[in-house]
Amino acid sequence: MEQITDISGLEALREEILANRNKDKTILRTCISTGCKAQKSLKVVEALKAAIKEHGLQEKVEIKKTGCHGFCEMGPIMVVEPENIFYRKVKPEDVGEILSTLNGSGGVVERLLWKDPVTKELATHERELPLYSKQNKNVISRSGKIDPADIEDYIASGGYSALSKVLHSMKPAEVINAVIASGLRGRGGGGFSTGLKWKICSNAPGDMKYIVANGDEGDPGAFMDRSLMEGDPHSIVEGMVIGAYAIGASRGFIYVREEYPIAIEHLSIAIKKSEEYGLLGNDIMGSGFDFSVQINRGAGAFVCGEETSLMISLEGKSGTPRSRPPYPAIEGLWGKPTIINNVETLGNIPLIISKGADEYAAVGTEGSKGTKVFSLVGKVQNTGLIEVEMGTTLREIIFGIGGGIRKGRSFKAVQTGGPSGGCIPITKIDMSVDYDSLREAGAIMGSGGMIVMDETSCMVDVARYFIDFLMYESCGKCVPCREGLKQMHHILENICEGTGEEKDIETLTGLARFMSTSSLCGLGSTAPNPVLSTIRHFRHEYESHIHDRKCRSGVCKNLFEYIIDQELCNGCGLCRVKCPEKVVSGEKKKPHSIDNEKCIKCGICFNSCKFNAIVVK
Amino acid sequence: MKIQIIIDGHMVQVDNGTSVLQASRKAGIDIPTLCYHEALKPYGSCRLCMVEIVQNKQRRLVTSCNFPAETGMEVFTDTDGVKQVRKHVLELLLARCPEVPMIQTMARRMGIEKTGFKKIESKECILCGLCVRFCEEAVGAAAIGLSNRGTEREVTTPFKSSSDTCIGCGSCTYICPTACIEMIPDEKISGIRNMNMGRLSLELCSNDYKCTDCDIEQTFIKDIKSVIAQFRKKDKTQ
Amino acid sequence: MNMDFQSINLILEKYRYRHSDIIGILQDAQALENYLPEEALRYISKKMEISLTRIFDIVTFYKAFSLVPRGKYTVRVCCGTACHLGGAPQNLDKLNRLLKIKDGETTDDRIFSLETVNCLGACALAPVVAVDEDYHEAVNAGKIEKMLSAYQEEE
Repeated sequence: MEQITDISGLEALREEILANRNKDKTILRTCISTGCKAQKSLKVVEALKAAIKEHGLQEKVEIKKTGCHGFCEMGPIMVVEPENIFYRKVKPEDVGEILSTLNGSGGVVERLLWKDPVTKELATHERELPLYSKQNKNVISRSGKIDPADIEDYIASGGYSALSKVLHSMKPAEVINAVIASGLRGRGGGGFSTGLKWKICSNAPGDMKYIVANGDEGDPGAFMDRSLMEGDPHSIVEGMVIGAYAIGASRGFIYVREEYPIAIEHLSIAIKKSEEYGLLGNDIMGSGFDFSVQINRGAGAFVCGEETSLMISLEGKSGTPRSRPPYPAIEGLWGKPTIINNVETLGNIPLIISKGADEYAAVGTEGSKGTKVFSLVGKVQNTGLIEVEMGTTLREIIFGIGGGIRKGRSFKAVQTGGPSGGCIPITKIDMSVDYDSLREAGAIMGSGGMIVMDETSCMVDVARYFIDFLMYESCGKCVPCREGLKQMHHILENICEGTGEEKDIETLTGLARFMSTSSLCGLGSTAPNPVLSTIRHFRHEYESHIHDRKCRSGVCKNLFEYIIDQELCNGCGLCRVKCPEKVVSGEKKKPHSIDNEKCIKCGICFNSCKFNAIVVK
Repeated sequence: MKIQIIIDGHMVQVDNGTSVLQASRKAGIDIPTLCYHEALKPYGSCRLCMVEIVQNKQRRLVTSCNFPAETGMEVFTDTDGVKQVRKHVLELLLARCPEVPMIQTMARRMGIEKTGFKKIESKECILCGLCVRFCEEAVGAAAIGLSNRGTEREVTTPFKSSSDTCIGCGSCTYICPTACIEMIPDEKISGIRNMNMGRLSLELCSNDYKCTDCDIEQTFIKDIKSVIAQFRKKDKTQ
Repeated sequence: MNMDFQSINLILEKYRYRHSDIIGILQDAQALENYLPEEALRYISKKMEISLTRIFDIVTFYKAFSLVPRGKYTVRVCCGTACHLGGAPQNLDKLNRLLKIKDGETTDDRIFSLETVNCLGACALAPVVAVDEDYHEAVNAGKIEKMLSAYQEEE
C-alpha cells in the first residue's frame, strides 16, 4: 500500500476508490455490532454469503458489514441499497427471500419491514422510520453506512479531509481557535469547553505532551461511545490526530473498557490501517508531524472514566483519583501536559474543521452548540441511539422519536447523566435538552444516557440502584465517598425493605451535602445527585415506603403483593402457564388467584396479562 | 519566590510550593489531620484538613494538605462550613470504628460526643494509608499495600500471607494512628519481626495521644531507624 | 500445577516489560488459564521488577481479574440501568436459585461461574444475560432454565 504523502494524494485515492465502485451493485448493509451480533447477525452474514455464491450473484450483490445502526432492539438490521429498504429482525432463513426480491422486480419482504407500534403503519425505507427521520445525524452518520474495518470506505465518504486541511493549511493556534469558536463542550459529561482545554494544554510548558481518548463509557444505560467506536473508529482517530497537532502531542492513548471487545477490535484495525496509509505515525501525510497511538484496555473499574483515575491507570497502577490542582492539561500523564477527551467529543472535531466553526455553531443553543448523541432506553416504544440538535425538548425526544411509553403506560420520569445525574419528572417534559437547563433541573447531561421510566419504576429503588452501583465502583480512598455511600446504601436498603425510619430523609440530605463538597473526585461529589433529585421530585414515594411500608410501583418485594382482580380476570390461564414458580391457580374461564406466600414477585404474570387484571397492592 | 497569603486574618509569607497546611502551621494555626505526614507525599483521603479558601473571588472547600498556597489567597480554617466537614468525617469514622479509643478521643476533643450514623461494622483501620505509603516511600520495602476497592478496601500483605519483603522495622506500627498494627516475632527465624494487621491495642495510650512530647515515641523512632539503617546497608552490599 | 512460563515470557516481551502496561500484561496472562494463579503473579512481579504488593493491589482493585479458577462458562448478568429496570434483579435471583451460587462464585462441577457486570452496551436488548460471548436478550425468569440447558447439553 502506497502511503499518502500529500493532500492531492488523499483526493486522488478517494477518486480512485469511487471510480472503482460498481454503482450497479446492490449493497446489503448488515450490522455486525454488539446489539445485532447478540441476535446472531453473523449467522445472517454467513447465510447470505452462501446464498450469494449458490445463486452466482457475486457480481450483482455485495455484503457490507457495518457498525451500529442505533436501533438495536430491531436487530439483526439490514438495509438494502440503493433502494434504502430497511429490514429488521432478519434471520438466516430469510436470506433466500431477500435475494429473490433483488432481481429487479422491485419487491420487498413485507414481514421484515418495521411497523410503527402506535400507527401500525409499515415503513419501507430507512429514512421513513421516526427514529431516524427525526434525528439530526452528524457524529454518528457514518455508523451503519460504512464498513468500520475498511479505511477506504471511510476515505470515500470524505474521511481524513479534515486532517488533510489541518496539516496542510492550518497552524495549531488556528485549529484551537476554530474549536473554541465552535462552542464544543466535552461530551463525556464534564461539559467544559474543549477548545479552551486545548489552549491551556498547548500553552503549558513541557517537552512531551499527550492526548487521550476516553472510551471508558461506564454509565450504565449508555452505549453511544460503544457505537461510535465500533461503527466509525476512524472518526475518533482523525479527531485525535487533529487534537494532537493542535496541542503539540506526539503520543496518544485510547482507553477502552474491556467489556467492549468489538470496539477494541475495530479501533485496532483502524490504527493499523491508518498507519499503513500514512495517516498516522511518522511524517503524517508528508507534513512532518509525528503522532502515534496505542490502545489500553480498561479492567472493570467505572472510576477509571474519571480523568485523574484514567491517567493513573495508564501509568500502570490501581485507579485511585487524585485531587486537582494540578490540572491534567498542565500536569497529567507522567507529569506532562495531557488532554483527555471523550471519544464523542473527538468525533466532532473533523466536522468542525470540515464545516467551519460558524456553520457548526449555527446548530444548537446559545450555551450548547452542535448535536449530542443520546441512548434512549427504558420504557419507550422505540429504544436506541439518537443524535439531535442541542435544544431539542424532552417531549420531542421521548414522545416524538421514542414514540411514547410502551404498553399503554404513562411517563413517570427520565433519568439523565447516569449515576452523576438526576431524574426529571413530567412537569419538565417541555424543557430544552442542553447542559445548563439539565443542571438547573437537578440532573446533568452526562455522557448521554436517557433512561425513561413509567409507573412500574420505583424511584426509591432507582436511587438505591445508583448508590449500590457507586458503592461497588468507589475506589475507597476518601472518607466522604467510601463511608458516605456505605451509610446511604444502608439507609436506602432499609427503606426498600420496609424498615425505614422517620429521620432517614434528613440523614440522606445531610450526607448528600457533605459528600458533594468534600469528596476527592467527581464520583463521590456527584454520587448524591440521584438521591437528591428523587427526594426533590418524588418525596411522596420515600414517605410511602417509610411510613406506610408500601411500594406502589410494585418493585420493592417486601412492600407489595400481586393480586388478581376477580372481576377483571376472565380465566384465560396465561399467567398460570407462564408462572415459573407455579403459584397461580384457577380453573379455565374462572378468575385465578396467586399464592402470595410462595410468590417470588418476578413480575412475569403482571407483564403478561392482556386484561390488566393483575394489580399491585 | 515568596508567596503571601492570609490565613484567618494573619498574613503569612512562604516559599513557592508550600501547601496551605504547611503555611498554616508556620503561622501557628492548628489544622487537624489524620492521613498527613511530613515525610510523605500528601494523600488527601481523610478530608479532615479541609479549609475554606477564597481565590479569584470564588469561595470553596479544599484539602489544605495538598493545595498550593498562592499569593492573593485567603484561607479560613474555622468557619461553620469547615466545622461541619470535620464533624461529618469524625462521625463517619466513629460509625466505622466505634471501639477505637483514638477516634473516640479525637472526636471528643472536637466536641463530638456521638455519631448520628449507624454502626454497621467495627473496624480498627481507618484506611489513612500512612503505613502503606511509609513502607513504600520512606522505607522502600513496599511490603504492605492496599487491596480491593471501595468499602472492601483494606491493608494487607500480598495474598494475606507472611511477607518476604518486610524488614521488620516497625515503621507501620509506629505511624498507624489507631495502633492497629503490631510487630510479632517470626515463627521460624529468631530476631526477625513481622507486621500483623488488625490487632487493636485496647490499652489506652498512657500519654492520651499527645504525640509531640512523648518519650515512648522517641524510643520507638530510634528503634525503627536502626532497623532501616541495617536494611539499607544489607541492600547496598548485595 | 504446571505454569506456562514460556507463554508469560512471550507476553512480557510483546509489551517490552513496560511497567505502565502491567494491566494489559495481566489481562493477557489471565487469558492463558482464564484466571491468574498466585504463581504467575509472583513470576511476573519478579521478571518485571514490580513489587508484588503493587500487583496484588491491581488484581484485586480491577474486577476484570480473577484469582480463583472460573467455570467453563461465565454467566454475566448485566446490571446496567435499562437492564435493572427491565428485571435484572429477578434474573439474578433465578440464577442464584438454579445454580445454587452467588455473584462471584462458581458451581461445584466448575461448569458455570456467575457474575454481575456493569452495562454491556446492549441496552436496547434489556435485560441482557451474557454467557461468554453469547448475549441473550429480553431474558426473564422463565427463559433462564432453557438458556442454561443449551450449554449443559454440551457437557
